[in-house]
Amino acid sequence: MQFGIFTVGDVTVDPTTGREPTEHERIKAMVAIALKAEEVGLDVFATGEHHNPPFVPSSPTTMLGYIAARTERLLLSTATTLITTNDPVKIAEDYAMLQHLSDGRVDLMMGRGNTGPVYPWFGKDIRAGIPLAIENYDLLHRLWREDVVDWKGKYRTPLQSFTSTPRPLDGVPPFVWHGSIRSPEIAEQAAYYGDGFFANHIFWPKEHTQRMIALYRQRYAHYGHGSADQAIVGLGGQVFMRRNSQDAVREFRPYFDNAPVYGHGPSLEEFTRETPLTVGSPQQVIDRTLGFREYVGDYQRQLFLMDHAGLPLKTVLEQLDLLGEEVVPVLRKEFAALRPAHVPAAPTHASLVAAAGGAKDSTVHAVDDVTGKAPEGATR
Amino acid sequence: MTRRTLAVVSAGLSQPSSTRLLADQLAAATRDELVRRGSEVELHVVDLREYAHDVVNNMLTGFAPAALREVIDTVTGADGLIAVTPIFSASYNGLFKSFFDVLDSESLVDRPVLIGATGGTARHSLALEHAVRPMFAYLRSVVVPTAVFAAPEDWADGTADGALRARIRRAAGELADQIERRPPATGPADPFALTTDFLQMLGRGDGEPVN
Repeated sequence: MQFGIFTVGDVTVDPTTGREPTEHERIKAMVAIALKAEEVGLDVFATGEHHNPPFVPSSPTTMLGYIAARTERLLLSTATTLITTNDPVKIAEDYAMLQHLSDGRVDLMMGRGNTGPVYPWFGKDIRAGIPLAIENYDLLHRLWREDVVDWKGKYRTPLQSFTSTPRPLDGVPPFVWHGSIRSPEIAEQAAYYGDGFFANHIFWPKEHTQRMIALYRQRYAHYGHGSADQAIVGLGGQVFMRRNSQDAVREFRPYFDNAPVYGHGPSLEEFTRETPLTVGSPQQVIDRTLGFREYVGDYQRQLFLMDHAGLPLKTVLEQLDLLGEEVVPVLRKEFAALRPAHVPAAPTHASLVAAAGGAKDSTVHAVDDVTGKAPEGATR
Repeated sequence: MTRRTLAVVSAGLSQPSSTRLLADQLAAATRDELVRRGSEVELHVVDLREYAHDVVNNMLTGFAPAALREVIDTVTGADGLIAVTPIFSASYNGLFKSFFDVLDSESLVDRPVLIGATGGTARHSLALEHAVRPMFAYLRSVVVPTAVFAAPEDWADGTADGALRARIRRAAGELADQIERRPPATGPADPFALTTDFLQMLGRGDGEPVN
């Protein structure tokens, strides 16, 4: 099972000091957090993508490429990549490039984005969110699998004899997750392709997650990718820890009470009861997280949200120490012991290459414009 | 014997509340009418006051806490709805509106609804027509023609023969008519139900219906 963190990349005032970081500080903090994730033994760092203040990560592959250069093992991912407002051609190119630069340490999570005004900035309409996600991803899926694509759809200009470069590393596209909170259509989409499904699982009750995962598993089996319990499931989670749980509650409460998403609404106690948020000791986090499996089944990836709501970098790094040193080693052992042999681990570049029968160079060499011939020995 | 459920929503804020009193009288009259026609009736009365914090939390977080979820499922899954609010500043009170704001906008489509209101003076009575009825029109509910407003003077001579009592009976009869025209409700809609399969979504049209 993979463990990691996902970040929204929000610039938020620290409610305990009144201080708001600059964009520059926040961007550098995100990098420091990613490097720390590798240092403490986590597997995945995933960044959000946003195109409006107070969020900084508008250019995920720039950031992930930089992090890739400074890490060795860390798997780089997104949470989420906007499949609605991004051009699927640019996603295909950017992430294939990142895949090469990181030697395969990349996967993606597709999401729609829920901010209405963002869509028109990219020439789109939020009311077409689901159809955009469906059409754009179908094109992206083909761009990574077919060397030459002829395509016509509703939401972008047609493609004739288009080759997305670079071709995926070793001929194997990055693994894709589809993220959604409560749209059954997206669970259906993930199931259709045999891709992973990721449930946000932080701001909403566990019943949403439970229903969506059950639907995804059922449809994954329906489309013949394996049995329902072999479907590839990821979950979010949100924790704040101190050795003494009372200290955790006391320290986190002002951040909770003023958080952009749920601040000034339910109490911390109500929210921890109604959603998977856990504020307490590392042992409490271990117990709660192990409990997720009871309502979604054995799953492949657990990401935690650790760095939002204005928490200072120093605190986040301390949290990552606790997560990496005290929580995740126990979770790894416990989850592994519970998982039946026929339930797969999360796909990685290596496992996908092996499943494809080995690596093959998939470079598409240019065709001579006059003769129409490819150079000797080139793949076409 | 047909089994019918009747949800009663009262947005009265004081306790005891004349809004709740009107809601109870409308509920009893509708129940009696349905029973007289041979149905078995289950009444669910909701005092929104008890869920006021949950309603606000729902607006801020986007989800209903468990207790409110149960109430929403009851209201959206019933055969008929009786909705009663005090009139504040020429309209429904904020709690009443907020509750209906957090419902899925499709969840009361074609639902028979009886609206009622209370106010400090009879001069508020048309608020039912210019505020409450249009809100349910937006929700595409079927609001019965008689809306029942109770002013202080209605309670003062609120005998069995009073004008208020007659309006309550007429409105209850209209609601029972609308309920009887429809097959029994099958409960709240499942927001996680998949209604189309992938090939249909992709526009390839050759998908199979999903059960």
